[in-house]
This record gives sequence, structure tokens and C-alpha cells, in this order.
Amino acid sequence: MSHASALRCRECSRDYDIAPIYTCEWCFGPLEVVYDYDAIRASISRESIAAGPSSVWRYAELLPSDPDAAVDLGAGFTPLVRADRLAAELGLGEVWIKNDTLNPTNSFKDRVVAVALSKALEFGFKTAACASTGNLANSVAAHSAHAGLKSYVFVPADLEAGKIVTTAVYGGNVVAVEGNYDDVNRLCAELAGTYPWAFVNVNVRPYYAEGSKTLAYEVAEQLGWETPDHVVVPMASGSLLTKVDKGFRELHKVGLLDAEPAVRVSGAQALGCSPIATAWLDGADTIKPVKPTTIAKSLAIGNPADGYFALDVVRTTGGGMAAVTDDEVVAAIQLLARTEGIFAETAGGVTIATLKHLAEQGVVRRDERVVAYITGHGLKTLDAVVPVAGPTATIRPTIEAFHAEFDVEEQ
Amino acid sequence: MTVTVRIPTQLRNLSGGASEVALEPGTVGEVLGALEATHPGFGERLFDDSGALRRFVNVFVAEEDIRFLDGIDTAIADGQVVSIVPAVAGG
Repeated sequence: MSHASALRCRECSRDYDIAPIYTCEWCFGPLEVVYDYDAIRASISRESIAAGPSSVWRYAELLPSDPDAAVDLGAGFTPLVRADRLAAELGLGEVWIKNDTLNPTNSFKDRVVAVALSKALEFGFKTAACASTGNLANSVAAHSAHAGLKSYVFVPADLEAGKIVTTAVYGGNVVAVEGNYDDVNRLCAELAGTYPWAFVNVNVRPYYAEGSKTLAYEVAEQLGWETPDHVVVPMASGSLLTKVDKGFRELHKVGLLDAEPAVRVSGAQALGCSPIATAWLDGADTIKPVKPTTIAKSLAIGNPADGYFALDVVRTTGGGMAAVTDDEVVAAIQLLARTEGIFAETAGGVTIATLKHLAEQGVVRRDERVVAYITGHGLKTLDAVVPVAGPTATIRPTIEAFHAEFDVEEQ
Repeated sequence: MTVTVRIPTQLRNLSGGASEVALEPGTVGEVLGALEATHPGFGERLFDDSGALRRFVNVFVAEEDIRFLDGIDTAIADGQVVSIVPAVAGG
């Protein structure tokens, strides 16, 4: 059984019972799950985790849903890859890539959806729904199919064709909304008041968001129960970044780390949708919403609900932020693919391009152990690299034609 | 001459359970002020002590976020719909 004991408002600290609610009735602040950490500490160990499944559910004690009813498509426990060739290109020392492209539907969203739909089943919901920029759509559709839930997935109508196909194939309802993600999100927030559905990023969002903590747990476990010095995390709503920070802190709280972690957390955004990074770079206290114009559609949230908390985390941990151009995003996708053999979607390009900026500025240092979170697969955003990735040469099927194009020295 | 204010689930206890309230046209500030006058309690939930909208309260006029319009001074015309929506996120 879960050790989640209550929901608490992040703004005004009012407590609520565990239920499918997501905002404080008083101030509209977001609700966050509260745990009985003493009980977790008493029931968890490095050994018990190692004996668990190779998925997010190995950390069930630290998640808000009952593991006995877990929806498990195998989300999580993805490789942590040492990236020496990338590090050399960036002038850094020790760099690791958390390769979350290798999830059931090829993005980190499988982690949050696994937790959200498990909780939805516990609450007795029969239908799952979401507003999505694509990755969440894929994941909700797939996990709903696996769990036997009906699904309604709302996406912006201009989404990449590939992301529509890879959602619709699972057989649920796919609703293409004429508007951007923020329009879709507002529609879903209003629909959530009308239909008794589990909107994973609305009324079960407090539970959903907790799934992202597993990205911190896994990195620590994979580093032999040590934490990195610096992590770089892509930001859309800002939720993932705050949960990675929370995850490292929790590991210490429940006795799984020897030393208190001091992980510097840096955030990555695309210039065409950078409300959080802009507030950071301007030293502003308020986040102004924007209309997104970037190829990094999975990060294109113009009105980031957790932006304030992401700013707080980056400030208190001594990290940094950058906003990178679409051209830099494409170049960074190529850089990661060329140096490490990992093909990231545009959000991953944003992360690597930001890492490059922060390394050049000396914010990420050569003496640090760095982890960059690559949260989605490049096949999801093929359009971004089609103009720059094609055949080296096109030849007739003869040896002479090959020799005419290629002067190969080594045999 | 009326505008429609959509009330989110969290605040419907203040509107007697109604999901919509009809009010006279005006600016966002005026219309939400009128909402407080007809249904006491809304003001302190939507605005902080300094009189600014709370930072997790989003207000939309005709489906556009008022932060892209004239904020609290945005005019709401006859027949337009105002939505009060909590900040949500996903991806």
C-alpha cells in the first residue's frame, strides 16, 4: 500500500484528503502529495529496490499509488549512458545521458502516466483523458489500452502527423483541437469539471507528476547510490525539473543516500517558448505567458503552471537556465546522435543545446559529474532533422561509382 | 446586455452550484467585482491582499488569456464569455 498521506497546497499549505483533485480550493495553488517518510524509511532499502521490477514500480514505496494495482507496461529503469565523446566536444569532464527515449512509448511520459492511471484505477475511473503536445497522448493511449480504460486524448490539430498516428493506433479517441496546447489545456480544465474522467494532467495531476521523481531515483541508483553534481532538465510546465530535485532530496530523507545531496539543477527551454528561462535571464519574479513558436513542440507550453517552482529550484540549487534557437536544437540533436549514438527528439536537442550554452558560460563546470535528461525519441520529431540528415551520396550500383564518390583509405 | 462568467468546479459552492453566472458587461475587474457583489466570497479567492489576481488564477475572455489582452482592464463585450480556470500543466 502507498505511503501517501495527504495532498498539500504548494502556495498556502492547506491540507486535503487523497482524492482526484488538483488545485487548492482557497487560492488555486497546485496540490502536491505528502508522504509518511518515517514509514517509507522503515520499509525501503537499496536491497528491496534492487529486488523489485525493472520499471518505475521498483520505487513503489516512494510513489502515491498502490503497487498491487500498478499499470505496468515497463515504464522506466532506462539506461544511464556515459557520454565521454559528447563531454569532449563540450569541454566537460564527466557527462552522462539519461536515455529516456527507451520507454514503452519512447518518452518519459510513460513514467507519469503509469502512476496516474494506476491511481485512476484506484479511484474507480473508467476513462482516462489528457491534453497533450504528443508524448503524453502516445502514453495515455497505450497505457489505457493496457489497463482496459477508455481514453480521450486532446491534441493541438497542427501536431506532427507521426504523433497523431502513434496515438490513434491504440484505439482510443483522439480529439484534434483547433488551437495551440494552451487552448487544448484550457478546454480540458473546463471539461474536467463536466465529465467523470481521469484527466491525467488535470484532476489526477498531483499523482501523475510524482512519477517524474523516478528520473532522480534511477540516476542515483545507477551511479551506485551517489548523486550527480549537476543535472540539465528540459522545461515545459517546469514540473519535471521540480520533481527531479524533489526525488534526490527524498532519497536522502528515507535513508538511501549516505550524504545529503547537493545537486545543481539547470533548466532548458527553446527560445520560441521560453517563459521560464526568460524570467530567469531577466531576474524577474513574474512569469509572462507566451504564444509558442518553436519546433520543440513537446516543450511548447506558453503558460507554465510550475514555472515559479522551477525558478525556485534553480535559484536555491545554484543552477542556470538558457533559451536556445531552433537551429541550435537541430545542431544539438545531430551532436548527440553523432557523438553518442542516441537519437533525441527536439526536446532533447533543447537540453543538449542548453548544456552547451551553460558549459560555455562556465555554469556547468568541467569538474562536475553532469547528467543530461533526454526525455523523448528522435523518431517522434523526424521532420526537424529531415533537412539535415540524408544520404551521403546516391550512386549507381557499381564499384566504380562508389570509388568515384568515396576515397576510402583504411581497408 | 449580459456577459457569461464560467465558474470552475472549485468555486461553485460560492455560486450556489451554478456553472455560469450572467452579469452586466464591463472590464474584467468590473465584472469580477460585480461577481463578488452578487455572490460574496469570490473576491478573496480570486485576488490576493494587494488586489492583484492570484498567480495560479487564469482568466480568459472569449478564450484568450487576459495577460495577452489588457489584463484586468480587458473589456468584455455583450455576449462574451469569461472563464476562470486554474493553472494546469502537462505536455
